[in-house]
Amino acid sequence: MSVVVSDLVKIYKTQNAVNHISFQAGKGEILGFLGPNGAGKSTTMKIATCYIPPTSGTITVCGFDVTESPLDVRKHIGYLPEHNPLYLDMYVHEYLQFIGSLHKLKGIFLTNRVKEMVELCGLTIEQNKKIGALSKGYRQRVGLAQSLIHDPEVLILDEPTTGLDPNQIVEIRNVIRNVGKEKTVVFSTHIMQEVQALCSRVVIINSGIIVADSSVEKLTTMQSNSRTITAEFEREIDAELLRKINGVKDVKPLGNGRYELTTDADIRNEVFRLAADQNWPLQGLKQEENSLENIFRQLTGKKGEEDA
Amino acid sequence: MLSIFRKEINSFLNSLIAYIVIGLFLTAMGLFTWVFPETNVLDYGFADMQTLFSIAPFVFMFLIPAITMRTFAEEKKDGTIELLLTRPVTDWDIILGKYFSSLLLVVFALLPTLIYYYSIIELGNPIGNIDSAGVAGSYIGLILLGAVFTSIGILSSALSVNQIVSFIIAVFLCFIFYSGFQSLATINVWGELSSLVDQLGIAYHYNALSKGLIDSRDVLYFVSVIAFMLLSTNLVLDSRKWQ
Repeated sequence: MSVVVSDLVKIYKTQNAVNHISFQAGKGEILGFLGPNGAGKSTTMKIATCYIPPTSGTITVCGFDVTESPLDVRKHIGYLPEHNPLYLDMYVHEYLQFIGSLHKLKGIFLTNRVKEMVELCGLTIEQNKKIGALSKGYRQRVGLAQSLIHDPEVLILDEPTTGLDPNQIVEIRNVIRNVGKEKTVVFSTHIMQEVQALCSRVVIINSGIIVADSSVEKLTTMQSNSRTITAEFEREIDAELLRKINGVKDVKPLGNGRYELTTDADIRNEVFRLAADQNWPLQGLKQEENSLENIFRQLTGKKGEEDA
Repeated sequence: MLSIFRKEINSFLNSLIAYIVIGLFLTAMGLFTWVFPETNVLDYGFADMQTLFSIAPFVFMFLIPAITMRTFAEEKKDGTIELLLTRPVTDWDIILGKYFSSLLLVVFALLPTLIYYYSIIELGNPIGNIDSAGVAGSYIGLILLGAVFTSIGILSSALSVNQIVSFIIAVFLCFIFYSGFQSLATINVWGELSSLVDQLGIAYHYNALSKGLIDSRDVLYFVSVIAFMLLSTNLVLDSRKWQ
């Protein structure tokens, strides 16, 4: 296991930011680290990169402990901090060279490595500009390039796709996906589609406590026994008949001929047949996917407030 | 340390800071030494460089904090400090890299004033009539003084996120260390301790060096103050871990 978080606790003065969390990430794994704002994601990442020490518990990266051998840990980690801090008055090449030299890369090897990173992160057309002159998407790529320059085994990315347009998000994701094949990637986000598109595993954290740790498929099927179907008719119909359909638990009229059905199976066919039998003009029938977004809300919504 | 040193030097050269600092310092010193009627060497009539060595500390007092104020304050404000501190470099690499790059700039500002030395040798009657040992001692003293001011500036920069606050703290501390203790010592409450208070200040040791006598106690004083300031800087950087 490349990253092992065990019983980690971080207390800021009065606030318990991270409360006894444990999880692991192995090679070739892209781990999505989810949670609402202020859940403790960034804190965990800052501890993993030895920026701040844990109150108790520990994180080991490639076998090195963050409190005992921080320099070794930092050698094996590529880190993109939140908000992607950059030296705006530096040129792209100059900046990557500088970060590379901090990792003790030298000479022709460093120069080549910088070229590779520029290509890998799609910076070729902007490579001769100052970072300050780049758009947000390109700055984010520079941030990603900087975190990859020393070919680290573990990549820690704190919200790498915030503020990017949809095309840029897809491109950044592709880079992460390619890189993730032979590295361990831990990245935080609160965009659910991203998790579905990228991650093999998800850890959801809320108020400093882990509320879910499983593969993406498991998490989506976990809640699939309850789903919501919205049916739209031209006019008001007899809701009682809808309720009689096998599997329907509840029917809620939404007005204007729209009804929300809570079921435990996909009964769209039955609804359609009923509408045909009764000669109701059916205008729309939509099953709400029980997406990660809903699960995320269920896990971190009300429950979190009660805990807090 | 070297890569941070190099980066800092580059940023001095790429921004206008280096040129402005060196240009302003030399302009000010040139005016005081050769032009202003009250201080210029030509009217004074003696072949020595006291003007330069007595005024330079006051120019440094403002110039050095201006060089160092951005070193940590800017990194903290932009968040790039997190970038540095999560690389495989120690806090000392960062502090010393920044310290020596700023110091190098100070030394480079000082170097062209060697021309004054040559001019005064040539102007002397007979030619070459100058207290060379005194000048050498003064230069060493001035560089050490610059080194202390730089360390004060680095500490002040680490203390604040705001560059202007850093600048003001640094100017104030430089002033206290340079002549504050000397003035304090003249207050008539210390009794026998007054010479001890005087020795806490830079002026006492600086004046001793400018006599041309390199006393290890004076050098040790400068080195200790620098070490104290840089250790404090390390402590300030470390304080992020205490939250």
